[in-house]
Amino acid sequence: MTFETSVELLKFHNVAYTVYAMMIISVIAWFAYNLTLTEQAKPIVRIPFYLYIGFLVAMGVGHHIFTYNTIPWVSEDIMRHNITPDKTFQIKIANHKFDMEKMEIKKGEKVLFDAHSSDLVYGFGLFRQDGSMISQMQVNPGSKNDLLWTFNECGEFDVRSTEYAGPAGNDMFVKKIVVVTGCDKKGV
Amino acid sequence: MSLMKGTNFDASTLTALQKVTLRAVVMSFLFYGLAALEGTLMRVALVNPAIPPIEGHASHFFSIMTVHPIIGIFGSTYQLVFAAFMFLIPYLTKKPLYSVGLANFVWIMITVGSALAWIAAFIWSYAPLYTLYWPLPADTTQFNVIGGIVFIVGVALIMIGTLGFIYNIYATIFAKVGVHANKTSKELFISGFGIDGLLNLKNKLTGKPPYSKEPALSLPVVAIFRGTVDTFLDALVILGAGILVLVYLLADASGASWDVHAVDALLYKNFFWWGLDLVADGLVLIYVAGSWYLLATLITGQKLFMENVARAALLLELFVSWMVWSHHLLADQGQPEMMKLISGEMVTMFELLTQGLALFITLMTLWKARPLKMTMELKYLLAGLLGFGLAVPAAIIQADMGMNRILHNTQWIIGAHVHIALLTGLYMTLYSVVYVLWPLLTNNTKIFSMKMSNMHFWLHLIGSLGMGAFMGMAGLDGMLRRHFYMDGEFQTFMILAAIAAVMMLVGWLIFLINIIMSVGLKGLIGIFLPAQDDTATFGIDPQPSVVAQKK
Repeated sequence: MTFETSVELLKFHNVAYTVYAMMIISVIAWFAYNLTLTEQAKPIVRIPFYLYIGFLVAMGVGHHIFTYNTIPWVSEDIMRHNITPDKTFQIKIANHKFDMEKMEIKKGEKVLFDAHSSDLVYGFGLFRQDGSMISQMQVNPGSKNDLLWTFNECGEFDVRSTEYAGPAGNDMFVKKIVVVTGCDKKGV
Repeated sequence: MSLMKGTNFDASTLTALQKVTLRAVVMSFLFYGLAALEGTLMRVALVNPAIPPIEGHASHFFSIMTVHPIIGIFGSTYQLVFAAFMFLIPYLTKKPLYSVGLANFVWIMITVGSALAWIAAFIWSYAPLYTLYWPLPADTTQFNVIGGIVFIVGVALIMIGTLGFIYNIYATIFAKVGVHANKTSKELFISGFGIDGLLNLKNKLTGKPPYSKEPALSLPVVAIFRGTVDTFLDALVILGAGILVLVYLLADASGASWDVHAVDALLYKNFFWWGLDLVADGLVLIYVAGSWYLLATLITGQKLFMENVARAALLLELFVSWMVWSHHLLADQGQPEMMKLISGEMVTMFELLTQGLALFITLMTLWKARPLKMTMELKYLLAGLLGFGLAVPAAIIQADMGMNRILHNTQWIIGAHVHIALLTGLYMTLYSVVYVLWPLLTNNTKIFSMKMSNMHFWLHLIGSLGMGAFMGMAGLDGMLRRHFYMDGEFQTFMILAAIAAVMMLVGWLIFLINIIMSVGLKGLIGIFLPAQDDTATFGIDPQPSVVAQKK
């Protein structure tokens, strides 16, 4: 199981968390109802204390192991210093303005977005035309801000600052500055 | 029963300790109302930016966004928590509060400080947000210098008030009077840090008799003791950041032009988040766990389930809270990968364990005491448990290098995690504390209307869960948390979130009316008049120090 794009991951996350939310709401509601009954309810299941602790640890650790193995950009991000990108794009930011050329990318290429801020803390976020997010990073002045990304989808994408840098930063939005091609007619 | 007189409340019978507690509680709920109003204004503006008072002005929108957490966290939550603890520590330790005067100083400092921060945003549109990411707070090309100075002075006053609270708490705990007349500071220190709980567990495992059959400090006091360590460290960090900003602003005001890049932005972020996270992941979680334990024992009248484990878990949470700040920096590529992995992911994961333990112990304590009457305090406690049951797993999900890449700074973070944690988890717990302490603080004043109490409960519960959920869903669709969308983006979710926000605001108004009708306007004013009875204890000999001296 691998999530090729953030859309797939977010759909999965949405369903999984909604199921969990419904479950915990139901458990607390069931618990509250049974707290008040004079006839004591028999627990549906008996969960030993150490099994519960083990479950929490397994969930916490397992979540990270699961994402490491199913989300391609995790290992790519950790190992990015040892990976030679197919293309590198320089992005300069100053006075609430992006300074960058149109970025043309082939599907499957590993591209490095190398962003520099000369004044404030900004964000560099890639968005689809429907407003959903592809990826992002913070852009701090005076430090390395490099995002290695492999596009597994085609289309024209926008760049928006994902960090607040004062009210003037609200307009930091560049339409269709990233173009990814190379998909077949079905968009794969 | 009338608006002027209330039900049977008589402020003239209140002691100094009761009055100082109630003063802070009143200010806390007024600030809560202001924060709720600000939040609703922002929600409405994201539905239709043209609606007054924001009217499409980004500077106005972000000014509100800047003070909203200052008013909500410090003006309201800090006041309420500090007030409850400065009452509970004397109540639980059966000793007088170290200084009622200092307690008065605390609520006045936090009130004035919060008001100054609000004024700075309202008059001068000072809007660097609560994150104060360097060098934005010192950016005088965007923000007025005077506004910045007033804001920082306001925050500094809040922190000075916080230090006053900390001193009052520890001076009371370590006072060798009453039941602690014969205790040494070492014994109190060991108990405060829960080392006795750990030694009890160790001795149990090795078959030895318990280190301490009756710990010097009860578990809720231990939680307050521990949480206050984080409150102290956090106050130092925020004061430190405030001094840095103030120095730069004063230099600018004097005509000097200092290089803001002399301070590394990423290093500052680490320093600031280490401190700020002690609020979110330290004192809140520790104080909340302690409050759950106290509420569970008071509601059931029984001992806490697995008390030694609870004591040990509180110590673990303290250490965990010092090492988790990197989960705020998972999207910062300059942050070392090992810090992201260890601090940001692995240590943060322990919060699932510590908070899961607190949830389990509280639920088990309630379960073993069945059947229970569904009182207001029990209802609120269960809702508070639900809030953290939702918000903590949401936090663990986003504190992941894969998920954070697409969730960082989205409405998911501030909705599904932060607002569910604060409004459902924390505030529902605090309302439970309010209902438990109400008869003690008001000398058994009858609440005007239980129907109104129930309306407030359901409006707040559904409103907070609804708002958090719809904001979260918008976040999953890519909506950012610190952006003023003006073209109707994400409008369906924003309309639903705004309706939920209005529900909470209406709920607060009902709560406020219920309280005013209970204590009456005359009683409300009476709370702020000097107390005729200077007793600083509750329910015991008002002068245990005299007893201690005679011994």
